[in-house]
Amino acid sequence: MTSAPTENLHRLPGGLRLPGFKAQSATGEIREVPIPATLILPVRQHAGSAAQPIVAVGERVLRGQPIARAEGDFSASVHASSSGTVVAIESRPIPAREAVEAACIIIETDGQDQAWEGLAPIANPLAATPDALLEAIGGAGIVGLGGAVFPTLAKLRHAVDAGVDTLILNGVECEPYISCDDALMRNHAVEILFGTRIMLTALGLRQCAIGIESDKPEAWAAFTEAASIEGDDRVQLVAIPTVYPSGGEDQLVYLLTGREVPSGGFPSDVGALVHNVGTAAAVADLALTGTPLISRIVTVTGEGIAKPGNYRVRLGTPIADLAAFAGGYTEHAKRLIMGGPMTGVALTDDALPVTKACNCLIATGPAVRTSFEPERPCIRCGECARICPVRLQPQQLLRAHRYGAGDTLDGLGLIDCIECGCCDLVCPSHIPLTQSFRDAKLARRIDVYERERAERARERFERRQEREQARADAQAAETERLKQGANPDAIAEILARKRGTPRGDDD
Amino acid sequence: MRFEPALSPYLRPETGVGAVMREVSLALVPAAVMYFFFFGFGILFNIALCIAACVAFEALALRLRGLPVAATLSDCSAILTGVLLAFALPTYLPVWVTITACGAAILLAKHVYGGIGFNPFNPAMLGYAFVLIAFPVAMSSWLPPVIGDLDYVRPGVFERLTYLFTGSWPAGLELDAITRATPLDLVRTAARDQLMLEELRSASPLFGDFGGRGWEWIGNFIALGGGWLLYRGIIRWHIPVAVLAGMLIPATLDSLITGGASGGPGFHLFSGATLLAAFFIATDPVSAATSPRGRLIYGFGIGLIAWVIRKWGGYPDGIAFAVLLMNAAVPLIDHLTAPRILGHGR
Repeated sequence: MTSAPTENLHRLPGGLRLPGFKAQSATGEIREVPIPATLILPVRQHAGSAAQPIVAVGERVLRGQPIARAEGDFSASVHASSSGTVVAIESRPIPAREAVEAACIIIETDGQDQAWEGLAPIANPLAATPDALLEAIGGAGIVGLGGAVFPTLAKLRHAVDAGVDTLILNGVECEPYISCDDALMRNHAVEILFGTRIMLTALGLRQCAIGIESDKPEAWAAFTEAASIEGDDRVQLVAIPTVYPSGGEDQLVYLLTGREVPSGGFPSDVGALVHNVGTAAAVADLALTGTPLISRIVTVTGEGIAKPGNYRVRLGTPIADLAAFAGGYTEHAKRLIMGGPMTGVALTDDALPVTKACNCLIATGPAVRTSFEPERPCIRCGECARICPVRLQPQQLLRAHRYGAGDTLDGLGLIDCIECGCCDLVCPSHIPLTQSFRDAKLARRIDVYERERAERARERFERRQEREQARADAQAAETERLKQGANPDAIAEILARKRGTPRGDDD
Repeated sequence: MRFEPALSPYLRPETGVGAVMREVSLALVPAAVMYFFFFGFGILFNIALCIAACVAFEALALRLRGLPVAATLSDCSAILTGVLLAFALPTYLPVWVTITACGAAILLAKHVYGGIGFNPFNPAMLGYAFVLIAFPVAMSSWLPPVIGDLDYVRPGVFERLTYLFTGSWPAGLELDAITRATPLDLVRTAARDQLMLEELRSASPLFGDFGGRGWEWIGNFIALGGGWLLYRGIIRWHIPVAVLAGMLIPATLDSLITGGASGGPGFHLFSGATLLAAFFIATDPVSAATSPRGRLIYGFGIGLIAWVIRKWGGYPDGIAFAVLLMNAAVPLIDHLTAPRILGHGR
């Protein structure tokens, strides 16, 4: 393993240097959270279609046992994260940006944590064929653990089809407060490296860059040490400047390769495959022990929490149990944010479970704004455009959105907005730009859907009109023909019709 | 436990409109001190009157439009418009002319279009241009600097107040005896009379090292304030650099071609409103272009047009008209200079 000089990096447009707020949680320690009394496992913890439950109420399940099967190519299966009894399968609210419910498998744990006998390590993982690896990953319900929870299997398949040449491991973790990847890298660099090598071999790739933000020297050291034990020439360690949002998938690809992911496309369109370091560690775990994705590291932090730190949590653990283990809330806990302070989701209830997407929980303190400041009109200062990492002009997008110019929004690159939140932070008028763009995207989708529906209705109407017109034309032509007496049988035919005799075989 | 709902991002915005406007206004304090030092109390009176008038007009407009008065006034934009007008207008101007300028700036340039953020034209420059056309004589009466070796009648406090509130000097004082042509006027006249600039400089005590005496020091401190705003990231370098380039490049070429018969770059830089425009007026974000490339074009246009007006136009200084003309071109510039979005074809 080598490390690449930072000068070779491509310069990302825009971005912000944000205060880290990481010190309070980044202790380097990962504390194990005990098995909760109840596990709440939603069948939708990933991007894509919900998994289908394959257990029944009353059934005893074991740790690692699949309880919901992936549905289609773009989905991920769910496993029991400890042993116990399924007591209910019911619709419950799940942690998400919108208030949504999904089927949840509720398991009353028995504390024995008995392992399922079907757990199968990958045999000879460093020589695994792509098919064997893909099958194992698909069975283990592994998804991207950076927060976007894209099913890893779908991503790998797409990469194989697109013929990528570069694997990128994302250890940037650029958003403030979050330190779960840092903790993982400090403690499990060996596993990450092993998972990386499995993927490299299976995909037949020659090069891999592990991007680590420059503010994580301990993680860097851990990797260097891991590489000295079992190095790999294909893997390069790259220090990424501490600028938010360098850890965005497309942003990292651009920083490392200079390749721009096309609008609406994926990194594989430009030959790159990006995985979070946590995903690589999950692959290693699967290969060595056969353990599917049943736990993850969660940063629990913020001024509203008594013992900030990183915790290994079984999926399905209620947030309240996790918070209690982390010393409980302080008087500052007004808000509960899942994810980072830039892109995270504010949860209203801590009865919700920890899911695969939950990289960080922040109980907010004074550094986080407690309410939106009154908004003033845009003064066109252009700061939002200056810091936009995609080079959008947020002020123009806002104007088009507010004046209802839907078509203009497409030209201004609405769908290219990564919702990083930078523009909100520099806006002197305190306009909630990011939320406006989320609204605009939704409105645009509805718009396009409505338009397509209207288009289909119009086509149906036109086809009917055409049919009617054709019928009318045919009738008119016949009438004309009859009038002109071109057909000597015509009169006979009319007479026949008047008499009520059945007509010929036409019409 | 239940928690409050909220929308991301949750971190506090770094700054606010009010803070920005206040800081821009405060960046002119060193220049105001210099102005006071060389030209006396007039500037302080002007600043006070312009701020009061602009804030009053703003409050009136907000009231009439049924908008929250105190909350909107706290954006401090009316104060900044007042300060900029005070710097643009002559030090001794009948009060109704000053108030008219403030009224035109706030009511005509700003609220007619919907208030802050919606004005296509720079309010201070529109107010200035309005009174320049309406009161040409009063607007071209500039006092010379308070420097010992200048022979001119210095009016006392009573005479000055009489002029400010009546518009005419008391008996025994003639306008021509009190005011002096500015160096920009002198250079224009000189060019018409085929005089070399060096002859003019040595003949008139109104000239300093580069531009007008006193004025060039005010210019230095305006540039200092501008440097502070750049350092603080409140303005970006594109517009100031482009305005100066737009003026100094043609001035340099002209000076070389005419062999020194016209004002060179140093003279143009330190005369009239060049530095004020580059750092404080053209940088008004609302009426300026927004993209970096757009701002370069916008700023260069202002510098170039101002130089053309100074050289061939009917006014000694053309900054206000140059700014207003380029304001009108902003929608087109913005349209043509939109940056290429990452991931979109080149």
